[in-house]
Amino acid sequence: MKIYNAKNEAASGKLVVADDMLLTKDMPTTAGSKMLEGYMSLFDAEALTRLYAAGYGLCGKASVGEFAIDLVGETAFDGENERDGKLVYAPAESIKNGEAIAAVCLDVNGSVRRGAAQSGLVSIKPTYGTVSRYGTIPVACSGETVSVLAANAKDCREILDVISGHDDKDGTSLSDDLCKKLKKDADRAEIKKVAFFKEMTDGLDEAVIDKMNAFRAKLSENGIEVCEIEDGVIAASRVAWNILMSAELCNNVSRYDGVKYGYRTENFNNLDTLYTNSRTEAFGDLLKTAILFGSETLSTDNYMKVYDKALRTRRVIADAFSKIFEEYDAVLLPACSKMAYTPSDVKEDKYISYHENFYTAPASITGLPAVVAEGVQLVGRAFSENALLDLIEKEEK
Amino acid sequence: MKYETVIGLEVHVELATNSKIFCSCSAHSYGADPNEHVCPACCGMPGMLPVVNKRVVDFGMKAGLMLNCDINRTTTFDKKSYYYPDLPAAYQTTQWFAPVAVNGTVEIETSNGRKSVRIKQIHMEEDAGKLVHDIREDTTHVDFNRTSVPLIEIVSQPDLSSAEEVEAYLERLKNLLRYAKVAECEMAHGTMRCDVNLSVRPEGTDILGVRTEMKNMNSIEAIKRAIEYEVARHIDAIENGTEVLVQETRRWDDIKGKSYAMRTKETAGDYRYFPDPNVMPVVIDDEWFNAIKETLPEFPEVKRARYAEEFGLSEYDADQLSKSIALCECFEGAVSVCKNAKDAANWMISEVMSILNARKMTYDMLNIDGKALGEIILLVSEGKVGRANGKKILAAMFDDETIEPAKYAEENGLVMSNDTGLIEATAKAAVAADPKAVSDFKGGKEKALMSLFGRCMKELKGNCDPQVLRKILIDEINKQ
Repeated sequence: MKIYNAKNEAASGKLVVADDMLLTKDMPTTAGSKMLEGYMSLFDAEALTRLYAAGYGLCGKASVGEFAIDLVGETAFDGENERDGKLVYAPAESIKNGEAIAAVCLDVNGSVRRGAAQSGLVSIKPTYGTVSRYGTIPVACSGETVSVLAANAKDCREILDVISGHDDKDGTSLSDDLCKKLKKDADRAEIKKVAFFKEMTDGLDEAVIDKMNAFRAKLSENGIEVCEIEDGVIAASRVAWNILMSAELCNNVSRYDGVKYGYRTENFNNLDTLYTNSRTEAFGDLLKTAILFGSETLSTDNYMKVYDKALRTRRVIADAFSKIFEEYDAVLLPACSKMAYTPSDVKEDKYISYHENFYTAPASITGLPAVVAEGVQLVGRAFSENALLDLIEKEEK
Repeated sequence: MKYETVIGLEVHVELATNSKIFCSCSAHSYGADPNEHVCPACCGMPGMLPVVNKRVVDFGMKAGLMLNCDINRTTTFDKKSYYYPDLPAAYQTTQWFAPVAVNGTVEIETSNGRKSVRIKQIHMEEDAGKLVHDIREDTTHVDFNRTSVPLIEIVSQPDLSSAEEVEAYLERLKNLLRYAKVAECEMAHGTMRCDVNLSVRPEGTDILGVRTEMKNMNSIEAIKRAIEYEVARHIDAIENGTEVLVQETRRWDDIKGKSYAMRTKETAGDYRYFPDPNVMPVVIDDEWFNAIKETLPEFPEVKRARYAEEFGLSEYDADQLSKSIALCECFEGAVSVCKNAKDAANWMISEVMSILNARKMTYDMLNIDGKALGEIILLVSEGKVGRANGKKILAAMFDDETIEPAKYAEENGLVMSNDTGLIEATAKAAVAADPKAVSDFKGGKEKALMSLFGRCMKELKGNCDPQVLRKILIDEINKQ
């Protein structure tokens, strides 16, 4: 599970674990790919730098699926992600066995949220632009966010507060002034009304429906109104996100070509075979599919038909959320279709993570904050992560 | 049949910013050791994020305004993907959808008269690195100094029709961009590079022929030769069917004087452009736009007209000076001190420019402070330093920019002497030493005086008023 152990001492005595998408100077960062086996970064991820400065230590790195686009880490080349016939999420393991109080992970395609739901932990994916992505392995830069996983909402908030804030080294990092201004309204608002989409609960496992129902009941007990609404265009998030994510991924992993660092094939006689064989030998199947799909969506023939449409769809989805948030304070969604994945799930459907992200894509594509607790997911207004965590804390009591 | 040539140019110009476009590495790679100016960002390592250098946008905007373009107030960056070892991230960040400047014009003048060349767009982008092939070891090394050095690409419409026009256009671009101080534009340094798109068609028709592109031309002479060759090749193909013209990219071999096919349109890569999500759209508000507008220099023509009108310079002098912003600045600096524009123009054209020519320096390499030149002119016009010695000071300043003219004259014995006793003694000695010259002069040979005069001047190290010396010499001769 944990692939590297760190010797970091924590001034506060508190240790966190990072997933292997966050770069570290003193141990390798592989992004779960044979391509980056043994890759040593020249710098640390900004989130970690801030944690170190605040007195936290790193207990080590947790394995992650190849470039974090899979379900919960099952495509990692260097981690054991299976136990008792079930897939397990490595960062959650470090928290559950007491090694770390929290995990900082890059949420690319929802694995952090699925992992949190299935391990019974709490995760917070903050609003895009509030936590620096400096020092994270780039995959789908327009939507991926450094997220926090912990045993409870309080621990999530504690870590999130440390890693949030403007960073000059990230051009998409929002200014502190702007954040403060936008946060003021979002934070003050208490969550009183929650919407959920009837259509998006179709095809869920019994166990997930139970979780959803239990959470709804708890909300009602706490005096929060829960309303069923039409999903409208939100359900299109998955398709649009898969296009955007794959296109950006294809571009971002092009740098791993066997020339400068990372895996290099021994079997080449010119530049073309150096590129092709290095990448063929080092990349896994899911990644290769994503590369081909992404490359195709960006081709001259398809750009307007596919990629440009996905960008427009993103805007329409964001607008639809804004409309919903005029009346509701949050949207209740499942985080996954079942409460545990098995290796055979992946064997039967190689692209299962491109289907399961039906539940996580809405927050990924819009950059909205999402909290996962008690096996379900709440998506809130931009900058409302505190309000979301407040609600979970209240529920926890 | 008579043919006409249709040429469009894509000119890459390296912007003269101190740092690179998305990181703080030095952008001055010329002459540096390999990989001296690199960091994880410009080496495309994972985890580094681009942060736009505002100066690059300033310069891009300035270039656009110099070429009469409209500025896109929201300008965006896009990724262009292709694999090559000198491109470490396997994509180049460029501007595909909303370039900084569009729809401009550049006025040129050739033997055929004046012409306006339309500019389609100017976009900002990052340069790639360099591959260095080592034949001895049969290896290739990569130098990333140049990666992410900011460039602008200036794309013209196919409005040019001869090598002469291309030369005039490139010279004009260079002149304008140097005036605005945004770029060096030195082809020999690789700070200006040119792709030539060319086709031919029967004269008077308006259908475009098959176009070929020659990439990365790096000298005006080579460009001229390449255009000549390609035009002949195209016409030969059309008239004699020697080959079938296809739309393709060609490489010009200047040594062999031939172009070779590199890749056809069919085999060209698909660059898969898409907006770079890591670079936010750059919004140019009125405040920023106006601030840049205020920094624009006078255009060369405006300067030329002003020099003629305000300073009463001849058209020739005004034209010579406005050829380079460095000459203009030196001239204007000199005028501000010596308050005599005609004198300053004379010094610029007969002294400064001839030293530049003798030293094989371009006008833009002028390193003389105009104010110091003004001081020299003052020293000479006030009779404190002889003109010949003034020139000596100027020449010395080319080697040492820190020289202060008055101090230098003092320290090197170049100050005019008012000591008539010394002049008289020198004249007396000269007269005594050359009785033949004395008798020749007396016999009516005016020229003979010059040899005596020269002897005295040499003795006095040029530090005396020629009129005074002349008078004293004649007096001395008459005393004989």
